[in-house]
Amino acid sequence: MSIIGIPPEMPDPDNPSAVGLATVSQSVETEEQREVAAGILPAGKPRSTFRRGLEVFLENKLAVTGVGIFVFMLVFCFLGPLVYHSNQTVVNFSSQTLPPGAGHPLGTDDNGFDVLGRLMIAGQISLEVGMAAALLATVVGVLWGAVAGYFGGVLDAVMMRVVDAALSIPILFLLLVVVSLVTPTEPILILVIALTSWLTTARLVRGEALSLRTRDYVQAMKVMGGGSARAVLRHIAPNAIGTIMVNATFQVADAIAFIVALSYLGLGIRPPQEDWGGMLSKGVQYVSTGYWWLIFPAGLCIILVITAAIFIGEGLRDAVEVRLQRR
Amino acid sequence: MAVFLIRRVLQALVVLLLVTVITFALLRMIPGNVAVAIMGPGVYRDPAAIKLFDTTYGFDKPWYTQYLIWLGHLVRGNLGYSWKLNQSVASLLGTRLPKTIALVGISTILALIVAVPIGVIQAVRRNKLLDHVFNGSSTLFYAMPSFLLGILLILVFAIKIPILPAEGPQGEGLGVIFTQFNALILPILSLALITIALFSRYMRSSVLDNITEDYVRTAKAKGASERRILIRHVLRNSLIPIATLLGLSLPGILSGALITEAVFNYPGMGLLFYQEAQSSDYPVLLGVTVVVAVATVVGSLLADVTYAVLDPRVRYVSQ
Repeated sequence: MSIIGIPPEMPDPDNPSAVGLATVSQSVETEEQREVAAGILPAGKPRSTFRRGLEVFLENKLAVTGVGIFVFMLVFCFLGPLVYHSNQTVVNFSSQTLPPGAGHPLGTDDNGFDVLGRLMIAGQISLEVGMAAALLATVVGVLWGAVAGYFGGVLDAVMMRVVDAALSIPILFLLLVVVSLVTPTEPILILVIALTSWLTTARLVRGEALSLRTRDYVQAMKVMGGGSARAVLRHIAPNAIGTIMVNATFQVADAIAFIVALSYLGLGIRPPQEDWGGMLSKGVQYVSTGYWWLIFPAGLCIILVITAAIFIGEGLRDAVEVRLQRR
Repeated sequence: MAVFLIRRVLQALVVLLLVTVITFALLRMIPGNVAVAIMGPGVYRDPAAIKLFDTTYGFDKPWYTQYLIWLGHLVRGNLGYSWKLNQSVASLLGTRLPKTIALVGISTILALIVAVPIGVIQAVRRNKLLDHVFNGSSTLFYAMPSFLLGILLILVFAIKIPILPAEGPQGEGLGVIFTQFNALILPILSLALITIALFSRYMRSSVLDNITEDYVRTAKAKGASERRILIRHVLRNSLIPIATLLGLSLPGILSGALITEAVFNYPGMGLLFYQEAQSSDYPVLLGVTVVVAVATVVGSLLADVTYAVLDPRVRYVSQ
């Protein structure tokens, strides 16, 4: 039995699809009660699987640390500049590559920009691209996979062969081709990364959809006259949400890694804008001069954010598995 | 088995055809005129020259005809001609591809040799200190931008302690790899460390999946030693999915190789692709992308077949 596991009386604020699933969860709840009555499940207060998933997630110290780091980075990048003012617009060669000290806690870069302030505004781009690309890729991938899996047959075969083909081209090669054709601005980078990374999501969701479409409640909905669009959008996609969320978290990590790589290859965001990857790849040109403050702060930010996303993803996966065990 | 093989090969052929469609469509989105890109903007003053170029190379035909002509060439092994480098793409790849194969091959084998024992140790001693140490370092290497890893290796082993060259082996031919083997160490290390991080995580979970299987309990009940169970039963079964992993991670490793080649100025296919991407040299981009994709499709086909040979259950399920 597939469930998100939200009892009807407890709408889940994090899960907008909860309302649509109320009827589904109700049948689950009664089934659990029946099992309790039959002595299959230990008696006691029946707990929702969402609750139990959440408990598993919160018990995972790494996952909680990951959430902490991610929230900290968001606050640092988006609220930091409101508190910490620094010059990021006027090139000042008289204060070039200053070591950390009074006035510049993390020194200055080769344009005389304050590194700490630069980290904040560069981080905005990295995080925005990472999260937006992952979101867009997830939406496209879920729709593609759900449609292919739900309808099956020839349509499924054709749609999945397209995914196979696109997956055969290494993403970095694909990205380089596209970026060499169009000038990379932030929205374009988001679009390009999303367009190259929805493929794995599509595969995963298609697998889920294949099994979900045979479930009783989807069949029941069809008997009641529901259309295919409703099945895909209201039942298949929301029920695969655990898998989707885990995958989306890993995609944030991957998307950030991709713009970092593109920046290093000189095909990322263009100056005067800069992301962490741009800062880092500019910094490594000074690797032999000992200007460590141009390398390590940016490098650390990238590693921390990607690690945080991985930890969150792994915690979510464990939490979702709790749910899967009850299917 | 025969049915499985035929189905799988047919599938691979369809995928290959789609790959050519995708790459061709992608590269045809190049803004501007190929003739202008080759002969320079000055040629705008001479429309006759543009027209001559277009008719000579078939750019005046509709896109589907162009695609079919290109596909026809491709099937006969003609990958196109780079006007920028004044060389055929096939001959460019002939010198570059073996170097990338050497780099990717050696580092993948090295990664496997190191990652398999690490994964097993982690699984056996799970949630102990050693597991956490390996887990932490594999996460770190996974999260670290690969160019940063390469540059830190250069900083430590070529600048601070100058024992190794900072650049990959230079010069023509595959022989330089052996004559300048010192120069190959850092690129291999850089690519292998990231691959180890990826493989050991996979190996750990594969061993963990197997340790809880019934056959392990049976073997224990029959009095087999821990060591024997681990090597004879668990390790053998855990290695099966690694065949698929190798096939699946080929695109990722090739992406990593591109960055590694750029960092160490290693004259392989990735560096060629990167340099030609900057000048929109589309025949090279088209050729390399197709070659890379063919390698991936063949790789995953081989992986699936190996899997089916090693694990008979797969054959029946996929029918």
